[in-house]
Amino acid sequence: MNPRIANNVLFRYAPLLLIAVFWEIAARSGIVSELALPPLSTVLEAWWKMFISGELIVNGASSMYRTVAGLGLAIIVGVLLGIFMAWFKPINAVLAPIVEVFYPLPKSALIPVTAIWLGFGDGSKILLIFLGCMIPVTIGAYNGARGSDQALVWSARAMGASRMRTLLDVVAPSALPEILSGVRIALAISFVLLVSSELLVSRQGLGHMIGFLGDGGAYDAMFAAVLTVALLGFLADRAYQMVMRKALQWQE
Amino acid sequence: MAMNGAAQIVINRVSHVYRPPRGREVLALQDVSLEVRRREFVALLGPSGCGKSTLLYLIGGFLPTVDGTIAVEGRPVAGPGPDRGIVFQHFALFPWKTVRSNILYGLEKVGLERAEREKRAQAFIDMVGLSGFEDSYPSQLSGGMKQRTAIARTLAIDPDILLMDEPFGALDAQTRSLMQTELLAIWQRSRKTVIFVTHDVQEAVYLAERVAVMSARPGRIKTIVDTNFDKNDRAVFKQKAFIDKVDEIWELVRNEALAALEERAP
Repeated sequence: MNPRIANNVLFRYAPLLLIAVFWEIAARSGIVSELALPPLSTVLEAWWKMFISGELIVNGASSMYRTVAGLGLAIIVGVLLGIFMAWFKPINAVLAPIVEVFYPLPKSALIPVTAIWLGFGDGSKILLIFLGCMIPVTIGAYNGARGSDQALVWSARAMGASRMRTLLDVVAPSALPEILSGVRIALAISFVLLVSSELLVSRQGLGHMIGFLGDGGAYDAMFAAVLTVALLGFLADRAYQMVMRKALQWQE
Repeated sequence: MAMNGAAQIVINRVSHVYRPPRGREVLALQDVSLEVRRREFVALLGPSGCGKSTLLYLIGGFLPTVDGTIAVEGRPVAGPGPDRGIVFQHFALFPWKTVRSNILYGLEKVGLERAEREKRAQAFIDMVGLSGFEDSYPSQLSGGMKQRTAIARTLAIDPDILLMDEPFGALDAQTRSLMQTELLAIWQRSRKTVIFVTHDVQEAVYLAERVAVMSARPGRIKTIVDTNFDKNDRAVFKQKAFIDKVDEIWELVRNEALAALEERAP
């Protein structure tokens, strides 16, 4: 990173520093009870201890595995479903009503359901994240594929591409901007579902840590786990935006 | 039209009904017959909505011919193919591919070897004057450069027939004029059959050897006018014979354009 960009980043996130200072002052001065809000310095200390002990890493890795697996499956299936729905009317006729009914359902309602099906381990979390993330990806791919320019498809056909081949060569890349927007929404949803399902039905993961530490009264450690989730979510979104910009650099 | 069976494209009594997703059916083409010789430059001229583009898409095989027949080289058209290249008004370049990759796409599809593909792509990039822009994306090009790329992409796979759908309609007047001259130069060198859709009378008379004047919807071929002027000289625009020919065809089109306007009025 060159110094100017580093400077910009520092400037942009300076308000966070302000919050950190207020947090510390509020907790230390007794304006807020230490139980409700342990001082930031204590929280960071607790974070460091859990990091050294490996607790954070083990639970963090478990959470990341669930997210990546669920989201990855959702992207693969969602893109395929969306494109086929846009391109083949019979497939759309079968799937569109299912997607429509499933779309407004709060996926957190499925937390107990997936737990009954697949237990308290990774499977239920992966299934839940998959189900929750698939819909926005499917809708993005569907809209993108439907909006693909007829003239582009015809051009490819006139150069010798088969109809199926144009799905890969023309329709999928045409849909890419909307697919990537859908995936960004899915990324946010995946964190929500991850943490809430781990809070409720899990013996591992960052969400489980938050619940477990909170129940045990270890509030400084609980806040440390919350900060970790926040940081991971933030980093994932930033990284994703960079990938997105790179993938769409051909746009004006 | 007696052509001693030498026609490359034979359109025989073709009608076409357009069914929009919503709304009622429209008879876009009615009983259209036309024969085009090998290496001929024919313009399809008519008011907007007269079905001239539809006819082009039928020849291209993009739309199915249900009523009547279209044959190319004696075989009925069953779908699109690399023997019939197409150039669209809005270029239809793949926006995620660079100029070079756009041109390489068709060459991959027709199965050329890698080295040959690269060589050929470069030759066509040079031909249309886009050297130095090989790695630009379409969004970084002007309209004229985009259309040059599209023409190069189509010509690179060497189709026998070039279908052009108002290819210069989205360009400014100067670029359009330059592109017309370039197209004629290319046509004279490569001698492909060109079917050129336009609503610009002067453009049709200047470019084409024959102009098929179409009626307002439902589109029919009203008459076919010979327009074989000297294409190596843009001064032809000032010649009386040329001006008279434009006037003559403009008279034919005027009534159709008025009819088309009235149909559009609510």
